[in-house]
Amino acid sequence: MNVQFRSKPEPGSSAQAKAAIADCDIHPARKTPQELFPYLAKRWHSHLETYGKHPYQGMMDGPPYPKAQPNASRRDAYPPDGGQQGSSLSFMQQQHLDPNNVVLGVLCPLNTGQGIRNQDLSAALATAINDWQIAEWTGKDSRLKGSIVVANEDGPAAAAEIRKRAGDKNFVQVLLLSRNVEPLGQRRYWPIYQAAEEAGLPVGVHAFGFGGNPITASGWPSFYIEEMVGHSQCQQTAFASMVLEGVFERHPKLKMIMIEAGFGWAPSLSWRLDKNWERLRSEVPHVKRPPSEYIREHIYWTTQPMEDPERRDHLFQVIEWVGWDKLLFATDYPHWDYDEPSRVLPPGASEANREAFYLNNALKLYGLA
Amino acid sequence: MTRHVIAPVDELPPGTRKFLTIDARPIAVFNINGEFFGLLNRCPHQGAALCEGPLIGLAQSSDPGQIEYTRLGEIIRCPWHGWEFDIRTGQSYCDPKRFRAKAYPVNVEPGASVVKGPYMAETIAVSVESDYVVVDL
Repeated sequence: MNVQFRSKPEPGSSAQAKAAIADCDIHPARKTPQELFPYLAKRWHSHLETYGKHPYQGMMDGPPYPKAQPNASRRDAYPPDGGQQGSSLSFMQQQHLDPNNVVLGVLCPLNTGQGIRNQDLSAALATAINDWQIAEWTGKDSRLKGSIVVANEDGPAAAAEIRKRAGDKNFVQVLLLSRNVEPLGQRRYWPIYQAAEEAGLPVGVHAFGFGGNPITASGWPSFYIEEMVGHSQCQQTAFASMVLEGVFERHPKLKMIMIEAGFGWAPSLSWRLDKNWERLRSEVPHVKRPPSEYIREHIYWTTQPMEDPERRDHLFQVIEWVGWDKLLFATDYPHWDYDEPSRVLPPGASEANREAFYLNNALKLYGLA
Repeated sequence: MTRHVIAPVDELPPGTRKFLTIDARPIAVFNINGEFFGLLNRCPHQGAALCEGPLIGLAQSSDPGQIEYTRLGEIIRCPWHGWEFDIRTGQSYCDPKRFRAKAYPVNVEPGASVVKGPYMAETIAVSVESDYVVVDL
């Protein structure tokens, strides 16, 4: 709820009048579950129809908390030709990519096959969703780039999928979710980081996931709003685990992107990590530098949902700590907590920082500059 | 302020809403149980088409566990971020000091007075036999 709005062009003004942006979190959807079948072996068609997907969280399907809008998406984003929000490329172009002058859109498919217990099915769904991204999205609109979805709980299978896609310009990152069976720095996930580093791809960690653990460290809360703010807890766990397990020591070229969990908490967690590392360093001798150094070197942050303090100087102080060169603008289209590009960053940023925030950091990180 | 005739009253029965553009401003007019309300179709928060959202009631609580749900259909909920506004006044329920949706008075006027003017009839043909929905802008 920033009060310092930028002026918005009148309806009908040309899209090119707006500055070009990169949107680093777009969610493409399938019109029906069967839309993936052409990319899946026949064996899995009947398996899905007979047994479904069985996630770690113990619910047969769907998210652990009900959403505030249908499909957790904007009510004005239903494609006119049917299907749920985000399931039509042409409508996404018309409603979002064209009018907002999105020159790079990074796809983060959700509700795929991540976090289901049948690892062979998880791997097959990951491959299918990657083929589907090329066939239905990135192959049809060169502004869009895909994420390599992987069977996140099966390190070797995930690494194989990354190696299969390495060098394919349809993809710009590997996609993980924040809620997994174990904290993300642990060894079961190491093959993913090895393969991503070899492929020169950053690893995006998007909020949500189906690892079976509650969103909080002390059990299941009552309300959806607690899940919404709990994403930062999960991301903090992932972030501390990555540093303290020594993942960045093993993979000095690896970049991580924290997607949709905020960044305002990064300084305080880093200060706590540094303070404890000074005292407990001998417990984790593989962590050779203060944790904050790894964080500032390896971690990028998508902006949505944008931090929104009452005083804009507080926002700029946090950004100064995180680094203007580490923020990647994102809208989360078509989800309901979408950030409107023209209303996110209050006045006060330099032109260079503004351009870095909206576009240049993404182009550089994804190797598209 | 100009008075705009937007529809014969029969064309906007209870439970419906009409979207139109007047002087380049997107407006929506609602008929809620026979009462008419006008709102600018732009959310003051991030600019969504506010009036495409659902009309809900007002959930309030005097104490945890005590919920009063009143004013059914008089609260508009933004289709993006779910911000709630009072359709009568445009008041925001989460941040009333900083945000208000723009509300416009809407009335039903007899054809005889509408024909006399001074009204902007847009493309509506008016006759003395009908009543008309008129928005002040």
